[in-house]
Amino acid sequence: MGDLDFGAVFRAWPFLWKGLQYTLQLTVIAAIGGVIFGTLLAMARLSSIKPLAMVATGYVNLMRSIPLLLVIFWFYFLVPVIIQKVTGAERPPSFGADKSAFITFIMFEAAYFCEIMRAGIQSIAKGQVNAGYALGFTYWQSMSNVVLPQAFRNMLPILLTQTIVLFQDASLVSLLNVTDFVGAASKIAQRDSRLVEFYLAVAIVYFILCFALSFAVKRLQKKIAIIR
Amino acid sequence: MFDLFFQSSSEGEPLWWQMLASGLGWTLATAAVAWVIAFTLGSFLGVVRTMKNQWLVNIGNAYVELFRNIPLLVQFFVWYFVLPGLFPAVKKMVNDMDPTTHQFVTACVCLGLFTAARISEQVRSGIGSISQGQRNAGYALGLTEAQTYRHVLLPMAYRIIIPPLTSETMNLIKNTATAYSIGLVELFFRTREMGETTFQYFHAFGAATVIYITIAMTANIIMGIIEKRVAVPGYISGAK
Repeated sequence: MGDLDFGAVFRAWPFLWKGLQYTLQLTVIAAIGGVIFGTLLAMARLSSIKPLAMVATGYVNLMRSIPLLLVIFWFYFLVPVIIQKVTGAERPPSFGADKSAFITFIMFEAAYFCEIMRAGIQSIAKGQVNAGYALGFTYWQSMSNVVLPQAFRNMLPILLTQTIVLFQDASLVSLLNVTDFVGAASKIAQRDSRLVEFYLAVAIVYFILCFALSFAVKRLQKKIAIIR
Repeated sequence: MFDLFFQSSSEGEPLWWQMLASGLGWTLATAAVAWVIAFTLGSFLGVVRTMKNQWLVNIGNAYVELFRNIPLLVQFFVWYFVLPGLFPAVKKMVNDMDPTTHQFVTACVCLGLFTAARISEQVRSGIGSISQGQRNAGYALGLTEAQTYRHVLLPMAYRIIIPPLTSETMNLIKNTATAYSIGLVELFFRTREMGETTFQYFHAFGAATVIYITIAMTANIIMGIIEKRVAVPGYISGAK
């Protein structure tokens, strides 16, 4: 145990920081994109148009029953092919795993955010929607002015908790050789043969960040709780 | 289009469908062993966290926080690379092991302890949802604390938490794919191998998708049957 050298971790910090920045970027963009797409999916699932509801339900169930790792690899191979089909290019464009990961996580997390938003929308009393219609609102107006603001507020802690899960799940992109936080650590750890120090440091950094974030979410939850 | 599954990578090698089937076997074996670890430890921790002793509660809470706030992939690396590197005794034990055994044991322990944290949360909230009167009734009958848990609280708590336990079981099966990172030859490992060797990624990933969906649906149906059989009369889910 004597020959551990954590100095190597500090010397590599600028590189690790770049990786962490990528991870944070991926988390934030995937969370925003996922919530938007997920909300639309939730509205589709609750829609009275049967085929639309069925397609949305099927999508959500599909995404939720296969491992994220498989989804990541699916999109890595599919995205270039789809872009080729859409643009009509001769060959599939080269599309790095670091870029396809953004699309993957938006599409994957949308399924989970959809279930949260569906619960949020369903938690709003039916009378509120009817009140909106009585005021002459259209479907979109009553959704965006009456239902969704309340649903977001009620579900905010759960949405943020899911975002912390997303932040942790984002580490899986390192298996596609992307230089995220774990990927950056893996690369240097293997170069310097210092797996113990680097993986331990990664675990500690993740723990501190996630612990602090979930503590903040708990505080927020108490603060915004609606007294009923 | 199914021809590929009846070919092999080279002469004398198993056919691709056999490779995928063997991967599926490893996936299910890992999930089963990890589930037993997770359920046992998770139940124990969940019970401990509902007891009066504040010290025990704190230890239980610390365990949950530790295992929930580190990504599963990083936990795999810690068990597989860091532990043997830190402790010479572990290193010696690992070196004597067959590499596949080492990967399998690591995957079971890692997934088991990771999932235990989640199951302990469910057991805790299950016990918490039972009214205080039931616990008092147990004590009034002269049961000890252990007997109250065994005969009054846990039989109710387990039945109440079946739905979240089902989704956690499915998460566990999906999470076995992460064991690919340490080289365990489970289903996802075989899928990737098939894709990379034959360049038929669509066939390989398509097959894996179908298999994972089938597992998820089967697990759902089985848990649904169990849920119906053990439903508590008088509860919303057990209206009889």
